[in-house]
Amino acid sequence: MALIITEEQKMLKDSAAELLKAKAPVNEMRALRDQGYMTFDSNLWREIASLGWTALTIPERYNGLDFGHVGLGQILEETGRNLSKSPLISSILLGASALRISDNKVLKAKIFPGLIEGSTQLTLALQEGKYHKTTSFQTKAVPEGENYVIDGTKTMVIDGTTASHFVVVSEIDKAISIFLVKADLEGVNISKNILMDSGTYADITFDKVVVSAENKLNIQLDGSRMLDELMTIAYSGVAAELLGICQEAFEITIQYLKERSQFGVIIGTYQALQHRAAIMFSEIELCKSIVLKALQAIDEKDANAKRYAHLAKAKLGKTVKMVTNEAIQMHGGIGVTDDANIGFYLKRARVAQQLFGDYNYHVDQLAALKGF
Amino acid sequence: MNDLSDFRTATRVWLEANCPHSMRQPVKDPFDVYWGGRNAIFTTQDQKIWFEKMLEKRWIVPYWEEKYGGGGLTPEENNILTQEMTRLGCRKPLYSFGISMLGPALLKFATEEQKLHYLPQIVEGKIWWCQGYSEPNAGSDLASLQTKALEKGDHYEITGSKVWTSYADKSDWIFCLVRTDFEATKHAGISFILIDMASEGVSTRPIKLISGKSPFCETFFDGVKVPKENLIGTLNEGWNIAKFLLTHERQMIGGIGETDIRKEVHEVAIENLPINSKGLISDGVLRSQISDFEIDEEIFELTIQRITDEAKTGNNSGALSSFFKYYGTELNIKRQELLMAVTGTDSLIWEENEKSDGDLARKFCRSKGNSIEGGTSEIQLNIISKLILGLPTK
Repeated sequence: MALIITEEQKMLKDSAAELLKAKAPVNEMRALRDQGYMTFDSNLWREIASLGWTALTIPERYNGLDFGHVGLGQILEETGRNLSKSPLISSILLGASALRISDNKVLKAKIFPGLIEGSTQLTLALQEGKYHKTTSFQTKAVPEGENYVIDGTKTMVIDGTTASHFVVVSEIDKAISIFLVKADLEGVNISKNILMDSGTYADITFDKVVVSAENKLNIQLDGSRMLDELMTIAYSGVAAELLGICQEAFEITIQYLKERSQFGVIIGTYQALQHRAAIMFSEIELCKSIVLKALQAIDEKDANAKRYAHLAKAKLGKTVKMVTNEAIQMHGGIGVTDDANIGFYLKRARVAQQLFGDYNYHVDQLAALKGF
Repeated sequence: MNDLSDFRTATRVWLEANCPHSMRQPVKDPFDVYWGGRNAIFTTQDQKIWFEKMLEKRWIVPYWEEKYGGGGLTPEENNILTQEMTRLGCRKPLYSFGISMLGPALLKFATEEQKLHYLPQIVEGKIWWCQGYSEPNAGSDLASLQTKALEKGDHYEITGSKVWTSYADKSDWIFCLVRTDFEATKHAGISFILIDMASEGVSTRPIKLISGKSPFCETFFDGVKVPKENLIGTLNEGWNIAKFLLTHERQMIGGIGETDIRKEVHEVAIENLPINSKGLISDGVLRSQISDFEIDEEIFELTIQRITDEAKTGNNSGALSSFFKYYGTELNIKRQELLMAVTGTDSLIWEENEKSDGDLARKFCRSKGNSIEGGTSEIQLNIISKLILGLPTK
């Protein structure tokens, strides 16, 4: 398969770019922050749902578009460029994918309609403590008659204060089990965290929360395999957003180098800056390739999809740090003021590069995958 | 579609039947392959068989038109042939700057008469070509070259010297950039000309590199007479040909080792370094460095694929060759550095002994030239910043 996007995917990307630039640009994100850290604009979310973006990766038999992750990735890249706030990552990239991978058909038929419509909002409750990992969870789900009792604390739950359901990763006798848990159940305690990207995250404590067995997402399916597949999607999807951040921060900076004048000359004439710009360009070229490859690998069910996902998250995690650091430095004093938008890219980059494992995590995982 | 899969089957069968076993082994050194030329030497019988079979099949340059000695294959067919040769590990039957460098320039800039004269000779391996670009005082600033060609009736008289002319001491002909207008601005007075190395007044001197060996030479021209019909393209517009060929050369250098069968760094590391109880390399720092390098290495390969695929849809920027050259050579330098680190003090062995063939240290030294030859990394970054990013010049 050619490593380029199709005409249809290109059309989707272009329309996403157009809509987000018009309705959810960086200044909109700034406005949401200034209104007491609003999580997202619900009018925008309704429009996103009406355009079918919420249905992109949902199978046709559930009235989804079955358009694939390359398509969703194009939209996430554009949200990265505009720093647009919406539950696309929490509810669609993570929530809808968990449900799609699941073998619980009853739950799929029940939840997908609301997800597509935008009224049901899912998010993933995976992380415990300060670091991303995908093995040995402290959150336990103990069978009790027809039900399970869930106990444990989850952190870094994206949009955790507005979600209607949590996809909770737990363990039963060292085996991973994944449940869909309603946010309003008794024993669910949600505490809000505002992070440096002005985003809303939550720590969630499940205190003897009783969940009926029909809410188990993996019935026959092996829980750790399900989580593996979900992480492949998470790594690649967040990498797509990071690609958008890299490109936009880079382009804003190049533009600044062409406008700012010091010592009577445009600063972009200085070779010290030109070479650093050219190095950033080169690294971003690599980023474009691996993000697309990782997204295609998911849609094609490529046996190496997980490795490509690790490669994407590692490369983008490293590059986005370099690019946003350089962007601030090359902007000089204005770059560290709140008036300039470039700082928002630095701050979102720092959060997104830690989501689902930073560069160090994926470098280690890749070495382990190759057996060294 | 069906025709192509038939072509693939037929190609595979033919290669299986005709490519000698030893011609499917990795190349050991530059003289383990056939270079052709006036004093052509086949170092093995299999080399001769392989070259002659491929020549007869018209697959020495399969994608050139038949009238120029090529096989007339379509790009799709040529891709299939390349894939099947790579799959079997078949060597190229003829190593030649004529095929990779001069040929494309002739196809683009030469007259029909010149093409019909020179291209079939390249295919048949009759002429060993070398390239005369850089001069002692024109390296990164190539356009300031001073080798002069004075017009003398039916010929030019050429005086000057070229440096970094690979295999000049073994070559039959040289394609050269010379100055033909001394009043014009530096880019506007350059022409592209072909010179027979057997002409009176041509001499060469080998250059030894820090790696201990090298194909490079200095080449001197002392009033060499060259017929006017040897000029390619328009007089004083040779810089266009030079730029075209430099782009071409950068893609080649950037893609060094692309089809090489070689070990990954982590494989060499596992063979050499201590391993902990989990089966992982104990040295965590080195392990991270290797993993980081292999991330870039794999993604760079994907990037070559992506940009090639984009070019097929008409999205192409010649300046991207500077990116390939820059990134590809920097990666190879990192690779050599890591191979030295994982091989410990054995990597320092220079003269062959029972522990080592001394190859690693020499390859490390040779890699230092990668980011200099064909335009330094800094020149490539200049080109990216000007032509792709549009950053201004003072």
